[in-house]
Amino acid sequence: MSGHHLIDEDTTFIVQGITGREAVNLTRENLDYGSNIIGGVTPGRRGRDVHGVPVFDSVAQLVDEVGQVPDGSVVTVPPTFTRDAVFEAIEAGVKLIVIVTERIPRQDVAQMVELATLRGARIIGPNCLGIIRPGVAKMGGIGGPAADTRKAYEPGSIGVMSRSGGMTTEISSTLSAAGLGVSTAISIGGDAIIGSTYAELMPLFEADEQTEGIVIYTEPGGRMEAQLATWLSENEGAKRPVGAERADRLPIVAFMAGRFMDEMPGMSFGHAGTIVEGKADTAAEKIKRLESAGIMVAEEISEIPDLMREKLGSVATA
Amino acid sequence: MRFYEYESRRILAREGIPLSKHGFAQSAEQAKQIAADIGGPVVIKSQVLTGGRMKAGGVKFADTPEEAEAHARDILQLEIGGHMPRGVLVDARAAIKQEYYAGVIYDGFRKLPTYVFSDMGGIDIEEVAETHPDRIGRGHFSTILPHMDFRAKDVIASLGITGSELGRLTPILSNLARLFLKYDMTLAEINPLAQLEDGTFVAVDAHMDMENEGRPRQRELLEELGVGDEETRAAREPTEFEIKGEQIDSVDHRGVAGNVTEFDGNLGLVIGAGGGSLTLFDAVRRHGGKPANYCEIGGNPSVSKAANLTKLVHIVARGVIKACLELGYDPAEKIAVFRIPGAWEEEGFKILEKYGVEYYDRSVSMHEAARRAVEKV
Amino acid sequence: MPGIFIDVDIDESIRSDAEVAKRLEESCPVDIFAAGEAGVEVVEENLDECVLCELCIKAAPPGKLRVLKLYDGSALEA
Repeated sequence: MSGHHLIDEDTTFIVQGITGREAVNLTRENLDYGSNIIGGVTPGRRGRDVHGVPVFDSVAQLVDEVGQVPDGSVVTVPPTFTRDAVFEAIEAGVKLIVIVTERIPRQDVAQMVELATLRGARIIGPNCLGIIRPGVAKMGGIGGPAADTRKAYEPGSIGVMSRSGGMTTEISSTLSAAGLGVSTAISIGGDAIIGSTYAELMPLFEADEQTEGIVIYTEPGGRMEAQLATWLSENEGAKRPVGAERADRLPIVAFMAGRFMDEMPGMSFGHAGTIVEGKADTAAEKIKRLESAGIMVAEEISEIPDLMREKLGSVATA
Repeated sequence: MRFYEYESRRILAREGIPLSKHGFAQSAEQAKQIAADIGGPVVIKSQVLTGGRMKAGGVKFADTPEEAEAHARDILQLEIGGHMPRGVLVDARAAIKQEYYAGVIYDGFRKLPTYVFSDMGGIDIEEVAETHPDRIGRGHFSTILPHMDFRAKDVIASLGITGSELGRLTPILSNLARLFLKYDMTLAEINPLAQLEDGTFVAVDAHMDMENEGRPRQRELLEELGVGDEETRAAREPTEFEIKGEQIDSVDHRGVAGNVTEFDGNLGLVIGAGGGSLTLFDAVRRHGGKPANYCEIGGNPSVSKAANLTKLVHIVARGVIKACLELGYDPAEKIAVFRIPGAWEEEGFKILEKYGVEYYDRSVSMHEAARRAVEKV
Repeated sequence: MPGIFIDVDIDESIRSDAEVAKRLEESCPVDIFAAGEAGVEVVEENLDECVLCELCIKAAPPGKLRVLKLYDGSALEA
């Protein structure tokens, strides 16, 4: 892992829970896409292999036998065991952890994030599909089989961050079809507490030369959008290399799903994080916050490419 | 999952937080007995899972056991916000010197739990936050290190509270923080936390929410409180259809299949991902359709007329078709539209083709698919 | 109840092979195979849970096990 890219073609990672139902296909899909999976872990299954990837009983055992600490880990173990699996990876020195598992108790998530912070590791998720840099590498179930992934994710200039895994692909596919393409897409996870929020990932996108604009998919519930709006107003844009031709603040287009939920306070739909606990987390209120921070909010997914082009055009002529 | 006040009080008592003398009654006679045992003025409070009890007439004061009995009889029959009370709480009414607020919630920014404490109790903390933000103390605490009481003390002291009050309040807020973690709560609040004339503190009302994801490992507490697995405790009473969805989901923990919410409509949605479901729901409404339910994968197939799937799509396609067949429906008739936008689309298409179901790929947008489904129904 | 969408075709020559049965049981992430006393047993109610991962095909001797997709008549095989 180097600089502001979470993953590149040399990134090595492991899959924890590799013999599970989702993991076996995820492993094959990542290998087919060109990612470097150096091992997998399922306690009690040492000695097996999954699509050619050796399986170990523990991360420490894997590190010992493979002879290197992986850069990352994709964690797909059942919710009851996720916390320990993530602790295990962090304590073995893994610095990037993608947690696919959903329905992890919030306290466990807080504990994993707290340990990661103490050890200088980064968590993406939980309840996410991972990270992709189209044409470079992917880490997680994002995009599905390699052939389908290539169709939906063409290399390009737009960064995507989404609270929904499926919608990460939906939006990226729309951007690819429109000829804009995707620089990096991150499924950040749909839970109330997640390892990396929009605002926390923004600096990486702003520092990336390939990224010209950002699309975010958002939902009611939580204060993550407010955090992004605040971040945008309080932080200067990333310092671009001298002579950089584009503005230092990336244009952002947002799509807000679940507007219907405003009529049903207290109910949770879709993701655990969507429960609306106060006026500030409703769709209407969030749209206001985003717009006041200069973020354009699309009504339909299909409008996103045109809105982005409009924004990019205004940046170029500014 | 929300707890009734009487349950929240039992949790507080279990963790050593002092309470006013009280009892839970499900009949007027029981209420009278409890009032007699307390022996003095009491408050009768409706036990419903909704706010605004006071305004709705669900809280009444009584000076004698007979009065308590009469009030309890009225309140037990009073529906509040669409909920019938589970019972009434009969609580001793002591002279209160000052009301405080003590709460613990998660802070999604810092990803840590935080204490919220105020010396302006008895009213909504949101209101205090708006009108007197300086009267609220906050502070985060660790989820992996043992609880350090000094952190709770610092929050209380930040409001200028000192002397014996500080000494008495610190263990209460500390115990509240400990139980918040111990029982997988997402909210634990005491409001008001009352200081009586003799200087001691008691919790007069409490509100707690346990995270659904934490329920499986909190069985001991839930059993003690008599909360069954079938009690969803959502903001709205669950319909039979929703309970069924919950049951289907709990049978099999692999992935989400359920989280069903029923609406008054004619177009069923079976959806393969949380985010897609929200988007599609909005889209169906935008095109004048009436969603009959909200459901992520699975659910009751008798209303499955449209499906949009984004995850393990061939598996979901199998599930939806299998359900239609098992109930004796022709999938081609029952399913209006099936949209598969990406991963595993080839396998999904083959399955749908075999059963004659109309399907779209990514070239038809979600909004367009929704429009076509609405037209078809 | 047999699968509506998926079936497996196991060659008679490996049916009673205890070693193969154990490998199949271990490899399938959705428990379609069980190692019984008579060798390979197919757990019919799990057939439709198949995620097409092909690990069973790799665990069996080459050409001795096929996964049949009943919805289009094709098969996955080594």
